[in-house]
Amino acid sequence: MSRVLRLALLLIVVGCIYLFVAHPYWFPAGVSASSAPIDHQFRIAFWVFGALFIVGHLVLIFVLSKKPPEDGKISTGSWRLEVTWTLAVTIIFFWFNISGERLWSRIMPSARQAGEIEIEVTGAQFQWYFRYPGADRVFGRIDASKFAKPDEGNPLGIDPSDPSGHDDILSTAMIVPVGHSVHLHLRAQDVIHSLFIPAMRFKQDTVPGMEIHSHFTPTQTGNYEIACAELCGMGHYRMRAMVRVLSEDDFQRWIKAQEAAAAGH
Amino acid sequence: MTISTPSAATSSNRSFLRCHVFSTDHKVIGRAYFFLSLAAVLVGAWLSLLMRIHLVWPKATLLLLGEIKPENYLAQLTMHGTLMVFFVLSTVPQSGFGTFFLPLQLGASNMAFPRLTAAGFWTALLSFCVLMAAFFVPGGPSGAGWTQYPPLSALASAGPGQALGTDLWLASIGLFCLSSLMSAVGFVATTIHHRAPGMAWLRMPLTCWSWFVTSLLILLAFGILLAAVVLLMLDRHAGTSFFIPGGLLVSGKAIAHSGGSPLMWQHLFWFFGHPEVYIAILPAMGVTSHLLSVFARKPVFGYKAMVGATLAIGALGFMVWGHHMFVSGMNPYAGFAFSTLTTAIAVPSAIKTFNWVATLYGGRIRYVTPLLFSAGFVSLFITGGLTGPILAQPALDTYLHDTYFVVAHFHLIMAMAGVFAIFSATYFWFPKMFGRMMNETSGRWHFWITLFGAYATFMPMHLLGIAGHPRRYSELSGVQYVTAMAPLQKFITVAVIVTLAGQVIFLVNLFWSMFKGRKAEANPWECTTLEWTLKSPAPAEGFGDQRPQVNHGPYEYNISGAEKDFVMQDAPAS
Repeated sequence: MSRVLRLALLLIVVGCIYLFVAHPYWFPAGVSASSAPIDHQFRIAFWVFGALFIVGHLVLIFVLSKKPPEDGKISTGSWRLEVTWTLAVTIIFFWFNISGERLWSRIMPSARQAGEIEIEVTGAQFQWYFRYPGADRVFGRIDASKFAKPDEGNPLGIDPSDPSGHDDILSTAMIVPVGHSVHLHLRAQDVIHSLFIPAMRFKQDTVPGMEIHSHFTPTQTGNYEIACAELCGMGHYRMRAMVRVLSEDDFQRWIKAQEAAAAGH
Repeated sequence: MTISTPSAATSSNRSFLRCHVFSTDHKVIGRAYFFLSLAAVLVGAWLSLLMRIHLVWPKATLLLLGEIKPENYLAQLTMHGTLMVFFVLSTVPQSGFGTFFLPLQLGASNMAFPRLTAAGFWTALLSFCVLMAAFFVPGGPSGAGWTQYPPLSALASAGPGQALGTDLWLASIGLFCLSSLMSAVGFVATTIHHRAPGMAWLRMPLTCWSWFVTSLLILLAFGILLAAVVLLMLDRHAGTSFFIPGGLLVSGKAIAHSGGSPLMWQHLFWFFGHPEVYIAILPAMGVTSHLLSVFARKPVFGYKAMVGATLAIGALGFMVWGHHMFVSGMNPYAGFAFSTLTTAIAVPSAIKTFNWVATLYGGRIRYVTPLLFSAGFVSLFITGGLTGPILAQPALDTYLHDTYFVVAHFHLIMAMAGVFAIFSATYFWFPKMFGRMMNETSGRWHFWITLFGAYATFMPMHLLGIAGHPRRYSELSGVQYVTAMAPLQKFITVAVIVTLAGQVIFLVNLFWSMFKGRKAEANPWECTTLEWTLKSPAPAEGFGDQRPQVNHGPYEYNISGAEKDFVMQDAPAS
């Protein structure tokens, strides 16, 4: 039975290695400024903890194969060993922890940067809305419970009496220029949602009653999917949108056209 | 009602109901918890099967059930999580085996507060019935997940199941909190006060240590959850706004609440919820430590280090709840602290793993079913544990949070490891609970299928998470990159079907052995702890008037100079 158990554990280790070597699915290519450092950190984690998984199981297999000592001496413990392995895992875990903390402080900028694109994101069952402040660079006041009229082009409830809202641009896709920091104002209209853009390595919950600020910087043009990552009700699985990363020129053309259309209203 | 303390020694003129149903005997209550959890795990596993089938074959029409709709899926998901976390993982290792064996292992005649312990069980049963009732009300059970984040859980208009189904969920969990508190008080008092003469703290089996520490966690954590569900109930029905902010528009209607904070629920919930993880796994760790020593015929390696690690996990368990909230909108600075504290809790967990492995080293290992499941526990604990420090990093968790990577992590470390310990405890203590042995051959087959099944089900989920597959999706068709992952999802569903089919072997073995199994002698596994000094099944009167005198530690296996390879705890002092 010992041999069968060891073989089973070995098969599991080999199977897991195969699974991760073959990896039929993996990260989508990262297309934001923080993708590279995050992926790098994950690679370190993958190798370190993957190695510990293999070593841990090999030790377990070895221990199961070990015959009892001839002299019948039985150990009840050893403080030297306890201290040694405690220090060893503490060093590994906290070395990894500290590198993670540094990464976290690096990708969460605490100050606003110049020239950011401001976009307000609103999650509502089961749709994402993206609002741009328009030519005046100021978002109009919102009160969904008073003014929201989804059928009349005002799903967010922009206050019609607030002039700064007249030129606001509303979009169902997030349009951003490549190479610019995008400053998101995240909101939710009804329940909690979560804006997840895998290709940008970006995720942030949108919470009713809060405006959460977050950033990312796209580094490559293209279309990338957005999924909802916080259970928000029946349509959670289809609460999808797109990020369209345009070249600087294309973005300017798009925003000018939108501003002109808003002015013509 | 008489004032006299009910004694476990039941006189023969007591009715069947008094002895076996409305009993205050901890053994009857422990067995009752065991069967309650068995019912819960059957429903919970059945729900996971329905979910897995719907996920990959959404148009499949199931016998008697018809087609599963997205809202059914969410209801099943919520009920699966609630049943498994509360009624299985927090119930059977602690309230089930603990209520049965804590007094026996300590040499006590009963729990300290027998009526309170009995009331705890009846409240848990009521809680279970209230939860099950949700299947039969309009709208069905809640679909907000076992975490019940408001406003989704606070507003009846937020979806089907958010009306009466959610009220029943909250009522059920409120009752469950009361039940757990009643039970835990008895555990703490029994451990402190009812130990047999000579049963010093450091002579307690590690099972008793983990039941004791778990009870302390229950006392501190479940009160918080109880407060939270009461507040949420008030928000739903009394017009308060603890968790509901102003200006909401749900299903086209303005909500007349203002000033609440959805994040406050998350803080309260996880302040309970993370200790809850340890409430589920500490007794499982205790069982594993105990059984590895028994079947390696060796003392536990580093007994004191194990006790210390148990206490450290219990204490640190209350300081890490924020790691569930890195992307919740919590201040990002808090992420630094929670990340470091979470990393810290990995250290005592690793100490335990090392000691388990060292306990096996050089032992005369007896490869019986309980040992196999305990070895499986160690393997799963290593595998599931190693993704913990990854998820503890806010930068990495930002991507992995609420994906299948997390599903894989907690199912391996909490659900599968927990279930493996429950299985090993069942095979191990069955003779003392039911007086017969379980069948060894089918036990082994059950182990092999479950071990490979667990890995085949949950390892691939890491890949889904790495590729960004969010959890709690009722269908794969809504997002293109998720749709592309259908083949691996199908593989997982097949693995689930095989694994669950393997559990039939266990059920048959369990009930067959209960009536037809080989009669067990008093100490079939040749253990040292006090429950094995009694005949099997443990008699109603327990130790009766003969309180054991404890002279030895709990793990004296292969001590040189002894007659046999084990020394009972109550053997005369040498």
